[in-house]
Amino acid sequence: MKVLLSKPGLDGHDVGVKVLAHGLIDAGFEVVYTGLRKSIEDIVRMAVENKVDTIGLSILSGTHLVLAERLKEVMAENNLEIPWFVGGNVPAQDVEKLEAIGADKAFATSTKVVEVVAYFNEINIKV
Amino acid sequence: MSEVKTKLTAEDLGVKKVHLESGIEVDPIYTADDVADSSIKHEMPGEYPFTRGIHNTMYRKRPFTIRQYAGFASPEETNERFQFLIANGQSGLNVAFDLPTQCGLDSDDPRALGEVGRVGMTVDTLDDFEIAFKNIDLDKITVSMTINGTAIIAIAMYIAMAEKEGYDISSLRGTAQNDILKEFIGRGTWIFPVDKSVKLVVDTIEYCAQNVPKYSPVSVCGYHIRESGANPIQEMAYAFCIAKAYTDGALSRGIDIDDFASRLSFNFDIYGNLFEQIAKFRGGRRLWAKIIKEDYGAKNDKSCWLRMIAGGGGGGLTKEQPENNIIRSAYYALISALSGTQTMALCSYDEAYTIPTEHSAEISLRTMQILIYEMGICDTVDPLGGSYYVESLTDRFEKEVREEMKTVDKWGGIVNAVTTGKIQESVSKQAYEREMGLQTGKVEKVGVNIFTRAEKDKEVEFHPYNQEAAAKQIEKLKKIKASRNNELVELKLKAIREDALQDNNLMPSIIDAVKQYATMGEIVQVMKDVYGEFEEPIFF
Repeated sequence: MKVLLSKPGLDGHDVGVKVLAHGLIDAGFEVVYTGLRKSIEDIVRMAVENKVDTIGLSILSGTHLVLAERLKEVMAENNLEIPWFVGGNVPAQDVEKLEAIGADKAFATSTKVVEVVAYFNEINIKV
Repeated sequence: MSEVKTKLTAEDLGVKKVHLESGIEVDPIYTADDVADSSIKHEMPGEYPFTRGIHNTMYRKRPFTIRQYAGFASPEETNERFQFLIANGQSGLNVAFDLPTQCGLDSDDPRALGEVGRVGMTVDTLDDFEIAFKNIDLDKITVSMTINGTAIIAIAMYIAMAEKEGYDISSLRGTAQNDILKEFIGRGTWIFPVDKSVKLVVDTIEYCAQNVPKYSPVSVCGYHIRESGANPIQEMAYAFCIAKAYTDGALSRGIDIDDFASRLSFNFDIYGNLFEQIAKFRGGRRLWAKIIKEDYGAKNDKSCWLRMIAGGGGGGLTKEQPENNIIRSAYYALISALSGTQTMALCSYDEAYTIPTEHSAEISLRTMQILIYEMGICDTVDPLGGSYYVESLTDRFEKEVREEMKTVDKWGGIVNAVTTGKIQESVSKQAYEREMGLQTGKVEKVGVNIFTRAEKDKEVEFHPYNQEAAAKQIEKLKKIKASRNNELVELKLKAIREDALQDNNLMPSIIDAVKQYATMGEIVQVMKDVYGEFEEPIFF
């Protein structure tokens, strides 16, 4: 399974997303990383070009709800139907909100790498 | 150092071996033999090479400056928080800017959507500076600005504002973070290619050396490098390599080392082993003094000072049992004071997951005040000086940091190491190893992997995002754009373009432009047109 890990918006905190990239690679997944400060349009384009199976948004500036809405719109415009997920600095009370917007999964702050890997093993069967 | 017979090892004593995060093995007991060859016996605080502190009176004369990081959505709110902090005894301000400002986008830019005023103060034009610093006496309160990619514009605005307010800029004080090289390693608010980015930093150093000599245009940050995964040795080593890159740039413009080196300052991180951090600062201070004097030939002792803000880092704080962070921060404050810092800031206990509330910011402030007023920390200079363990570790740090700097040389120097992503790759791997250590329990962390509690932590208060403030800011920007002399703004922007094309120092033309209320975004766009943008090497 191929995972696109992305940094949308202007937030430059990339320690977490890179830690996850290492973790996913160690668990046998293929990872494409966008680099910092990509627009949602850039991210969707990269997802299509790289034929990934899932998109992850890493957001620590608090903009996760705004950006999740935007991802949903742009994916729809591009007829891209793959699961997507959100991590970063996500307060527990926003997890449901993100999943209501359409995230397959939202990971609250301080989720362990093994928990995220477990989720991927699960959707790996679905996709 | 030669092994002495009396040395008792962990094996001799039947105790486990201990290694610091930076890999140095710690002995269970240190004795006079461990410092027999140390230069410390001949060293005094306030004297070269300043291991024991840059002043001989240190906190006995004046305690460290408390400078908490703050900045809220609108310049108006920011001004209110500043007034609150000053009224509560804070002697310096540290301004946080929102991400659009840090990345050079105006509030009305589509890319700024949802980010305007979210993590700090918004700046579109000089008007925002004028509001934020209203009724604040810049002669008494020193202002530090945490800004990098657009630092040259923020410094220009600060100078322009001070001039308009009638201050004599030749005595204007303050600090800008303005350390772009570390942004490529951690934090990420780079804009232009690496060489052009360094050129802009050197522009500010040159301009300030000639016109605003008391201003500190650069604060070199080991802090964010450590937060990105570097160990304490690498934190110091990479910061020194960065500081040397700016120094080399300034020298190449014909500025004398003694005309700017004393205005360079540093920003370091504190979390982890207490003694390791203290040795890092003391050993680092000695090494930096030697670099400036021996390698650069500085004649003025002040040029050799490692002036620093050393604060409690977010990297040590946890989301789990957040109240524990108050205790951690108090230890970090102690470390900072025992290390002889000039300025201190603490991450607040909720800062692992949100912008601090007024309440948590107050606790941080009180933590530092308790240290100053109740603990006797100010009574004696370098109270740990002479400790066998601390001095031995200090000597070791000086040596190890110097060695690590050679690794960067092997990568082709810091600019090359950052352009190719070599450093990013190396620290990111370490961040992963550290995180896995925490998650597997190999690295012990109270409340996280030991002494955890089953019940959920109570939900914390989050700093709300003020959507209305963003809308107001955009409205204000519109008004300014309609009321300023747009023809004149165009001319001023053209002048910046010309200077950029001819590789002139951009400070004078940027100061001219901001005085006419040219926006941050407009100026950055002109610079992007000429310089291009950094292409991030994808490494993890």
